Amino acid sequence: MDIFIQQLINGLVVGSIYALIALGYTMVYGILQLINFAHGEIVMMGAMITISAISVLSATGVGLPGPVLVIGGLLIAIPITMLIGFVIERVAYRPLRKAPRLAPLITAIGISIVLQQIAVLIWKNNPRSFPDLLPHDPHNFFGAVITDLQIVIVVLAILIMAGLLLMVEKTKLGRAMRAVSMNQAVAGLMGVNINYVISMTFVIGSGLGAIAGVMVGANYGLAYPTMGFMIGLKAFTAAVLGGIGNLGGAVAGGILLGIIESVGAGYLGPLTGGVLGSHYQDIFAFMVLILVLVFRPSGLLGERVAERA
Amino acid sequence: MANQAKTELLLEITGIHKRFGGLHALNDVALSINKGEIYGLIGPNGAGKTTLFNVLTGLYQPDEGKFTFKGIDLFRQKPNVVVESGIARTFQNIRLFHNMTALENVMVGRHVRTKAGVIGAVFRNPGTKAEEAAIRARSLALLDYVGIRKHAEEHAKNLSYGDQRRLEIARALATDPQLLALDEPAAGMNGKETDDLKRLMEKIRADGVTILLIEHDVKLMMGLCDRIAVLDYGKKIAEGVPEVVKNDPRVIEAYLGATPD
Amino acid sequence: MFAINKQSKATAFIGMAIFAVVLAVLPFVMGATLGNTWIRNLDLAMLYIMLALGLNIVVGYAGLLDLGYIAFYAVGAYVYALLNSPHLAGMLAGTGFEWLLHMPLLVVLPLAALMAGIFGVLLGSPTLKLRGDYLAIVTLGFGEIVRLFMNNLDRPINITNGPQGVNLIEPVSLFGHKFSQAITVFGIEFRNVHLYYYLFLALAILIIIVSIRLQSSRIGRAWVAIREDEIAAQAMGINTRNVKLLAFAMGASFGGVSGAMFASFQGFVSPESFILMESIVVLAMVVLGGMGHIPGVILGAILLFLTPEVLRDVVNPLQDKLLGERVVNPENLRMLLFGLALIFVMLVRPEGLWPSKRRKAELHEQDEEAAAAAAAKEAAHG
Repeated sequence: MDIFIQQLINGLVVGSIYALIALGYTMVYGILQLINFAHGEIVMMGAMITISAISVLSATGVGLPGPVLVIGGLLIAIPITMLIGFVIERVAYRPLRKAPRLAPLITAIGISIVLQQIAVLIWKNNPRSFPDLLPHDPHNFFGAVITDLQIVIVVLAILIMAGLLLMVEKTKLGRAMRAVSMNQAVAGLMGVNINYVISMTFVIGSGLGAIAGVMVGANYGLAYPTMGFMIGLKAFTAAVLGGIGNLGGAVAGGILLGIIESVGAGYLGPLTGGVLGSHYQDIFAFMVLILVLVFRPSGLLGERVAERA
Repeated sequence: MANQAKTELLLEITGIHKRFGGLHALNDVALSINKGEIYGLIGPNGAGKTTLFNVLTGLYQPDEGKFTFKGIDLFRQKPNVVVESGIARTFQNIRLFHNMTALENVMVGRHVRTKAGVIGAVFRNPGTKAEEAAIRARSLALLDYVGIRKHAEEHAKNLSYGDQRRLEIARALATDPQLLALDEPAAGMNGKETDDLKRLMEKIRADGVTILLIEHDVKLMMGLCDRIAVLDYGKKIAEGVPEVVKNDPRVIEAYLGATPD
Repeated sequence: MFAINKQSKATAFIGMAIFAVVLAVLPFVMGATLGNTWIRNLDLAMLYIMLALGLNIVVGYAGLLDLGYIAFYAVGAYVYALLNSPHLAGMLAGTGFEWLLHMPLLVVLPLAALMAGIFGVLLGSPTLKLRGDYLAIVTLGFGEIVRLFMNNLDRPINITNGPQGVNLIEPVSLFGHKFSQAITVFGIEFRNVHLYYYLFLALAILIIIVSIRLQSSRIGRAWVAIREDEIAAQAMGINTRNVKLLAFAMGASFGGVSGAMFASFQGFVSPESFILMESIVVLAMVVLGGMGHIPGVILGAILLFLTPEVLRDVVNPLQDKLLGERVVNPENLRMLLFGLALIFVMLVRPEGLWPSKRRKAELHEQDEEAAAAAAAKEAAHG
């Protein structure tokens, strides 16, 4: 039983990170009906920039405490990833808004490769360890272990997601976003600055991505330039699972996927008598993605994605 | 119809329902089309005409009801099965293959009546060659039939509006339909083009193809259709010969709105 | 009129003859001028041409963005590798299935094509209901799943030998002659790289002919119709599901042939050769050259294959000279260039470097398409 609870906790932690990234996919999709392939790369950039920024900050010799260093690094990484997100939309997506669907998808793949290779140029193609600056004292939780760091990740993710939902519901920008996602042309006629709203969507999504990137780095203790693909794909799966375009769905899908993956990987070995081990963990996300798209393309809470008249 | 004795049922639907979320787009719709007639479908905007069209051509799957064509059950069948059974259509907003030539568009229409596959394509055996030649000949003949043979090699998108409508009809006829469903074929046409279209439809009917027609041009409908059904809010509110339908109070109300006493 | 026609036919014939001679002597010219590695490069370029032409069926003709295409290359490669190496031979010994091993090329090659085609149908069928961008992601997922299985199917039964891959794969043997041995004809020595060149050239020509014939067939028309307007294609009675599956199967089978040849040429296969980036590279070849246009796709394959080879020959010496150390890895630079090429082509010249007329028209009607899409949406709710 405690193993199950342990897997549940691990799943919840990873899942809340997926949820943060999934929000980035789903926000862009809701407004542009575009899969921003490069979002995983933004997450990677967030993690890598933070690691570099921390090493610069700690080299100053002021002797800042660990959490302050991490926050400092994050505060440097967030604006940079926001800028990257902004530029991506301007350069690669905006000129193709009216092009056949294939076109922005191909540029998105291009952007994704370019970001990844720039990261390889800067940081070399090796894993970087994430500096061990955050407290991870273990706590007993119904016979399982949860660390300070894990608690921080889950609580922070929940706070950020709540903040985002509140922003979308209550602020002027949020209203504009909802308007644009429902009907771009009409929103434009009503005086909403569509380009501004779209830019802000990318900027906010990228900021969330940077925070999620740091969480990934802290949780696994390392980050590397090619990590964006897999984490991006899983978060995208989470967004589809919840119903793409739906913010609440992204959160639910992220947490659910994290738990499926963690519990599934934990029990796969014993269930199959050791035939399939936990090295098949990464297949779970793909399987979930494919099953959802085939059997319930609208996801748990979202619009349908099958080809329609 | 002029000759009631020879009436033969071609298509029949009963109790058709189609819902989109909360919207009840088609509510218990029934109609029957006889062989050889021109059957009109009218109704205010949003009455469900195009939805019904999409149901009858397999693009939408109805939620409930019965749908038979020549006695074959077509309820919830795929569009390709519907076309194979002998129903072809055109679209309200012309949907040609824009970057194919006019001839190629019609040749695509022959797809369902031909069978060459990959092996035939690769080996170009005599059977495949003969079939390909027949497709081409028949397609050219159809372009001639609708009067745009001279545009055969032009890209569909470069044709004039009226010619695009004709091309769509030729493409539909290429599937050898017994029922041709035309969704507002006269929309956007001037008087002369509409007259030409009317003659074309009469010619098609004379050649043995039954026609189902949605059209806003009431004058055209009254002069052309043998029978007319009127849809309003997803329900059929009237059906019959044009003179009767025209004077039906429910139809007048649907079009003009309830008049306050 | 007739005379002119005859004359142009003669010119075309002479042109073809010259081209054939150039192709025939190319490996020797390259070997003499640029060195032996370039003959090898030529062989590999041929494999990429086959791959790109296969993906062109799926992306270029039918308009389905397949991001997991390399999986079919992998299937072909493993089919050949397993049936022609000691790895499986040990397992099959005494089972009565020894006949599976060392089959003649004319059996193995269709078998590789068939297996890849079956995988194409298996992986394609669940995705076909999906809109283009979802199809892209799901195919990407499938590509990765195939690779992950190849990486992990070394237990409980060792089928793929896991990450170590399969080695000691036997070279092709045709008409009783093993390609590993050189043969001398009229005093000219044909070594294995030469022999593979002619074999690959023949296969590439075969694939080109099949592509051309498919394009101008009933099936080819149906593919274009689906790409242009799927709803209208359905309304014309095209069974879009089957026709799309056919595109997947045909494209995959070309990939399978290419993969089998890759395995025999290299003598070694491992899951490392079939990563996502390889799918992207092949996609870049098709997109850069001109989707749906055979000469364009061939040009794209050659250009993109040559880039890293040239970079390797240029970038490293340059760095050594200027910086005294190697800061930039040519492979890194290559991927960066490919990424930039994808973006640049889509923004500036979406029809590719050498497009077909139809595709050019299609990609330059952005406003029309948007209007049509809006109209379609309206019709759907009418």
